[in-house]
Amino acid sequence: MPDLIEDDPRIIEFDVRTDEMLVNMGPQHPSTHGVLRLVLRTDGEIVSETEPHIGYLHRCAEKIGENLSPRQWIPYTDRLDYLAAMNMNLGWALTVEKLMRHEVGEKARHLRVLISELNRISSHLVGMGAYGLDLGTFSPFLYAFREREKILDLFEEACGARLTYSYITVGGATADLPPGWLQRCEAFLDQFEPIIKEYHALLTTNAIFVKRTAGIGVLSRAMAIDYGCSGPVLRGSGVDQDMRRDGESLYTGMYDGYAFEVAVQKEGRYPRDHSYPTVPSEAVLGDCWHRFFVRMLEVVQSMDLVRQAIDRYAACPEPLSEPLKLFEKLPVGDAYLETEAPKGQMGFYIVGNGTPIPWRVRARSSSFSNLSVTHELCRGCLIADVPAIVGSLDIVMGEIDR
Amino acid sequence: MKGPGFLESIEAAFPGAVVGSQLEALDPWIEIAPARIAEVCQWLKSRGEPRFDSLQCVTAVDWLETDPKKAAKVSWQPHLEMVYHLWSTSARATLVLKVKLPRWSGDVAGHLPEIPSVAGVWRTADWHEREVYDLSGVSFSGHPDLRRILCPEDWVGYPLRKDYEMPTEYHGIRCR
Amino acid sequence: MAEFLIGLGLPGWVAWSIAALVAAVLLLNVIAGGALVFIWAERKIAARIQDRLGPTRTGGRFGWLQSLADGIKLLAKEDLMPEGADGLLFRLAPYVSFCASFCAFIALPFAFDVVGQRLNVGVFFVVAVLGLEVFGVILAGYASASKWSLFGAMREAAQVVSYEVPLGMCVVVPVMLAGTMDLVTIGEKQAGWMSSWYLFHDPFTFIIFWVYVTCAVASVNRAPFDLAEAESELVAGFHTEYSGLRWSFFFMAEYGSMFLVSGLAAVLFLGGWNGPVPVARLLGFSDGTGESAAYVVRLVGLANLMGKATLGVLFMMWIRWTLPRLRIDQVMTTCLKYCTPIAAVMFAGAMFWQLFLPGGLFPGWGRPAGEIREGWLEGPGGLPAAASPAEDRSSTVTGGDPVERAGLATRSPR
Repeated sequence: MPDLIEDDPRIIEFDVRTDEMLVNMGPQHPSTHGVLRLVLRTDGEIVSETEPHIGYLHRCAEKIGENLSPRQWIPYTDRLDYLAAMNMNLGWALTVEKLMRHEVGEKARHLRVLISELNRISSHLVGMGAYGLDLGTFSPFLYAFREREKILDLFEEACGARLTYSYITVGGATADLPPGWLQRCEAFLDQFEPIIKEYHALLTTNAIFVKRTAGIGVLSRAMAIDYGCSGPVLRGSGVDQDMRRDGESLYTGMYDGYAFEVAVQKEGRYPRDHSYPTVPSEAVLGDCWHRFFVRMLEVVQSMDLVRQAIDRYAACPEPLSEPLKLFEKLPVGDAYLETEAPKGQMGFYIVGNGTPIPWRVRARSSSFSNLSVTHELCRGCLIADVPAIVGSLDIVMGEIDR
Repeated sequence: MKGPGFLESIEAAFPGAVVGSQLEALDPWIEIAPARIAEVCQWLKSRGEPRFDSLQCVTAVDWLETDPKKAAKVSWQPHLEMVYHLWSTSARATLVLKVKLPRWSGDVAGHLPEIPSVAGVWRTADWHEREVYDLSGVSFSGHPDLRRILCPEDWVGYPLRKDYEMPTEYHGIRCR
Repeated sequence: MAEFLIGLGLPGWVAWSIAALVAAVLLLNVIAGGALVFIWAERKIAARIQDRLGPTRTGGRFGWLQSLADGIKLLAKEDLMPEGADGLLFRLAPYVSFCASFCAFIALPFAFDVVGQRLNVGVFFVVAVLGLEVFGVILAGYASASKWSLFGAMREAAQVVSYEVPLGMCVVVPVMLAGTMDLVTIGEKQAGWMSSWYLFHDPFTFIIFWVYVTCAVASVNRAPFDLAEAESELVAGFHTEYSGLRWSFFFMAEYGSMFLVSGLAAVLFLGGWNGPVPVARLLGFSDGTGESAAYVVRLVGLANLMGKATLGVLFMMWIRWTLPRLRIDQVMTTCLKYCTPIAAVMFAGAMFWQLFLPGGLFPGWGRPAGEIREGWLEGPGGLPAAASPAEDRSSTVTGGDPVERAGLATRSPR
């Protein structure tokens, strides 16, 4: 052993023999976004190895799904990504509809776009605010939550719940929107639009923020695809993929006639139809800054989609299509569908066997794959970068542990 | 990926690897022989046309009817089915591969069925296969780090098996 | 005060002890009362910055009794100590921090001659004693037997060596301008209109003031330099394992030092107890006007300094609730790679300005020319401006004993 140490040039340089230390970050740590436990192997401030340990929030959701009808399982999907429960409802509802070869009416379709995009805004607001918190600034978090509250108020009006909505369901939605809701939603969007500039001022363009995020945790394009990353994490690495445009026809059909541009950097540029800040020179494609910025762009994109959906929904004369019965027989066969949830591609897999209860239910969550790159991104970074990197992946433990 | 031509190209590259297929299903699937899955996947990723460079999901379905009355009526033998959902980022196409495995290796309860790991092909499979191992009880040969991922490491049993029974107690904590 | 007591017939040592005790109690109240007010203010300000209300109920309106309620809660809390902790050091650490912060107040003048103990090395004393506060933090981190605390302590140690250097350089500039380390004299030299504050003395002092602000924020561990506690990274850093009253001592020390560095900034750069307009002088008050006038002048001065220091504290709160936290390597870069050279250049700049433009760009405007010269260039020995001492120095460097120089040269590689 002594020979080894003397041969190591690093040790002679420091003159003092250093030792590595194992540190548990979480599961009760302020910035691990829930009950994630990261075991860090550190040499001073430098992290040489990170190992995520998950499962603290495991609730056997898939096993429960094998004992309930698809509509009964809707409330369980709420608890996957609880920050974007509408998108979870939607993903599951579409998967079941795919298996049953059921199509919803025009009005339900526009309602689903409207609600899920609104939920995307609220999810990204939390992601953005919590990211500020990870970097040590408290105020953007509350600015984000202030606006999110207003979205939650709208949701509460629509379905009575503020977090676990169970609103979008197999065959449509549980209820139509109350009168005046669309106007209030539009009023919110008008009020919200100028506030995005505040977020950019406090975070995106803030010199310290850029220093903390640009060039940190660079996820290469190839690695992002190899690890099955999706959503803003994938697009932050410059992969032009968005299930709303590239997914299965059942899902992309929902966005038929909607105009939106995927928020991804192409040829060194982001789609610029608004007054966005420019990319700082230190930022490398695939770093924390880009992942964050893609989310910020998607907020604007979703606002645009909500506006379009409001018009279309209001123009639909027919009533909202009725949801399917609680116990509807499922055909024999299996169906898998990925939708573009705020955190990434949320896949549901269902196997039917001719009874109303599915034989097998599977939720493939985006955060699960997104989190699996942590050990690659955190190799050799500083301890302070670990929350910055994990925060930029924007994970929700609910859908990782299921 | 729809279209029979694709199926033939796999068959040409790996004679005998394709055991069955269902191209008319909602998600058309190809069944691969268990021992060949890793090489077929490697080929699909690096040589196939289009290249399936991304793995969306790996899961296992336990086909076992625990109710003896119903079990008499079902048309299939008890088995485990691995389902691989592949995705091509360039062609934006999906492909479903299925692999049939015995529920227990050699029909000895407790001996996990083995299948080559595809973690060397797509890194996504690393955690997904750990999850399948954890919840459905499939052993992946060649997996870099096959441990339980969601359940505690000393958990007994494979919860997503149909005949799984929840233990009454775990380290003094009442479970039922 | 001591003289007054001696006048009453008390023996000298008793009189001095009583005087010291009174000063100490007063200062303790400044810190403790200040901490109470500032914690409440921080809650309210943070809340307003973040679009919330903050405390509203405790003590009737505005929640003004919130800090008191917090204090009672902290007193009632269980005093925990981790099993593996070094008991003595763990208990000692909060007091080290608090005492350092408290002791530094001794030399800080609150108005002309309203000072715990007027020291002719006041600046040096304040900076040196304030530096001791860090030992409490490092001790706490080390003794807590927690890895996160240890990280906090190590960060603090790395941080202290980075900010102390530029901080010292910034502090030296007003000392150079005033020609003394006595804080009371430094304050008094800035009497007059606002333009005679050292902040506006020349462009270099203006810039170095901001360097001082940066380093001062770093020295009191406030965001964006709160790396030692860094709640999103190190849980709570050095005070992770502390609870109850011990924890609150750290807080009092933090708020005490915030007030102290702000007060120091006020004395060194912002005219101390002198208001922007020399009201007293315009009204014809001076020390000769009479006892009561002098009393009033000092009271106004006290309010001035308190106001300035409070503004400094509020400024720190403002940036805390606005900026993200820097990383440890970035703190070290900021302090050592940017602040130190800037401070050095500004120090040289202020020195040359003082040499060549002692009266400012417009002599006779605002600041009475020559007033500042007295301590510096016309001190004992009456150095005739710049040239000769520089020559002297250069001659000793180039000249001297060749053997000794050779010896130096051979020794130097070690």
